[in-house]
Amino acid sequence: MDLGEINPVLLVASLMVAATPLLLAAIGELVVEKAGVLNLGVEGMMIVGAISGFAISVETGSPWLGFVAAAIGGAVLSLLFVLLTQVALANQVASGLALTLFGLGFSALMGQSYVGVKPPSMGDIHIPVISDIPVIGPILFQHDPILYVGIALTAAVWATLKYTRVGLILRAVGENHDAAHALGYKVIKIRIMAILFGGACAGLGGAYISLIRVPQWTEGMTAGVGWIALALVVFASWKPWRALLGAYLFGGITVLQLNLQAAGVAIPVEYLAMSPYIITILVLVILSADKSSAPASLGRTFHASH
Amino acid sequence: MIVLEKRPQPSKAWSYATPLVAVLATMVFGGILFAILGKNPIEAIGTIFWEPLFGEFAFYYRPQLLVKGAPLVLIAIGLSLGFRAGIWNIGAEGQYIMGAIFGAGAGLAFFPMDAFFIFPIMVIAGAFGGWLWAMIPAFLKVRFGTNEILVSLMLVYVAEQMLASVSLGLLKNPEGFGFPGSRNLQQYDSAHNAELIAGSGMHWGVVTALIAVIFAYILLNRHMLGFHIRLTGEAPRAAKFAGVNPARLILFCLGLSGALAGLAGMFEVSGPSGVVSIDFNVGYGFTAIIVAFLGRLHPVGILLAGGLMALTYIGGEIAQSQLGLPAAAIQVFQGMLLFFLLAFDLLTNYRIRAARSEVA
Repeated sequence: MDLGEINPVLLVASLMVAATPLLLAAIGELVVEKAGVLNLGVEGMMIVGAISGFAISVETGSPWLGFVAAAIGGAVLSLLFVLLTQVALANQVASGLALTLFGLGFSALMGQSYVGVKPPSMGDIHIPVISDIPVIGPILFQHDPILYVGIALTAAVWATLKYTRVGLILRAVGENHDAAHALGYKVIKIRIMAILFGGACAGLGGAYISLIRVPQWTEGMTAGVGWIALALVVFASWKPWRALLGAYLFGGITVLQLNLQAAGVAIPVEYLAMSPYIITILVLVILSADKSSAPASLGRTFHASH
Repeated sequence: MIVLEKRPQPSKAWSYATPLVAVLATMVFGGILFAILGKNPIEAIGTIFWEPLFGEFAFYYRPQLLVKGAPLVLIAIGLSLGFRAGIWNIGAEGQYIMGAIFGAGAGLAFFPMDAFFIFPIMVIAGAFGGWLWAMIPAFLKVRFGTNEILVSLMLVYVAEQMLASVSLGLLKNPEGFGFPGSRNLQQYDSAHNAELIAGSGMHWGVVTALIAVIFAYILLNRHMLGFHIRLTGEAPRAAKFAGVNPARLILFCLGLSGALAGLAGMFEVSGPSGVVSIDFNVGYGFTAIIVAFLGRLHPVGILLAGGLMALTYIGGEIAQSQLGLPAAAIQVFQGMLLFFLLAFDLLTNYRIRAARSEVA
């Protein structure tokens, strides 16, 4: 065992990479939940995004096209959720589970011929001077572009929800869909847009795992990240910047336990590997006392009967 | 313009018909999927649904129906009680694993002693393991109001790591030449969940599953607690006025579903599987969610749905070896089934009407 081998600069830098898929998925789900919809299919949308992105970037040789395909893949799967919950008015919990079960199977089917294939690399950005600053450079300015997209998306969602009319309408629909309907807003239409956005974000998050973080394709490779993202939304009390903070926290735990495994700490590998899940539970317990910030119409089906 | 009109009462006829319509729709769309994969759709569907029951080797496959169906029914019965009351235990896979670890552990602790009481102790230990694992989300929900969906699901991943840990450590076969995995319980008579009638596939897990179906039916239809479960799901406010204790209901539903999932794991590890190994769990805990919904959360329905799902597992394996159909295709097929079921359920609760005109 040698803890001295763990390089703190590399640790923080890889923490940001580990956090990005979580952040992307959580920001998407945050918008969905703000609109009053609980989509438990994040894991399914992520894994479908992971394989769509992987397949397209291998076929075209362009990781950028891969990410576009991943967003489309996630959104198309979330369209099924739209059909179930917004058109067929099915239970949202059951529909989300269906989405995850279907997505896991579907991705395994699509991914058969991609096992062991190496995807084209996206490459890290390099800004002259800034990227070369010791310590700060490698931590903040030497990552792949999608990592910055994640942070920009967080800022955009925050600003949209807080300062724009669109954000206000979205929140109104999530807080009280009957009142929003009475005011003339198209509740279903707004929710459909939010769900599709959430699907696209989850797809991006999945592709980030298969194209940048790992990078290769294995069945079920998201390994519960989608579920942790759902927990992260609760952790963040439905606030975008807190989701960013939470994602970095979870990313940190993941990276730290991997580093400890590599350093050969006396704790068995299995116990280290289960730690992110246990910490998720602990965080949920600590934060579940305060439910006041949850959107009031969360998880309720809307049907305009008059 | 088409509008949906909520029925004053869910349609009885449609509630029976939707699972059948969903199965038919899945066959059609599954067939299209198989055709895209380059297989003859009619042959593939026929292989999945016909071959295990009436094919040339049906004498071998029919017992397998019981072996695969029993854990699904056992787990789904437990889940359905909670689902009815709006208590979502989706971590049955983890409880199934813990049941297997506890059950096998209890049996192996006595190795190589031969005694009649070892198997009953294993049964109790298995149920206890599953119960214990489900009590974590139950307790956290009752005490802190924590979301049981996320906690129970997170515990699946923890249980999988536990399984890896005991397969490589605590329960590893000391005579296994260093390979991971426990001693084979099939070769340890006192702990072996053997077939009750040779070649029938009928083992203690199947018997327990049937008993669970009967008990769940009685509980829901003839017992106050069952009435409270249904009331909480259908009219939470009325349940409050009727004096239903939500905490007690949560502890009961999660605890029971955990114990049943644990039993399923224990019967599997001591019978068909035999060894505790890293890849012991094959997703029964998740497929059971589909079974519970396909059976309309009704005990008898779940029994039928469990049989059907077992059929797709076995038929899928046959299609895999005979037609080269990928294993994942069956997973997609099963996922589709849940989709169509939820979608067609619309017809149970709503009437589709043509509206004359619409304002706004």
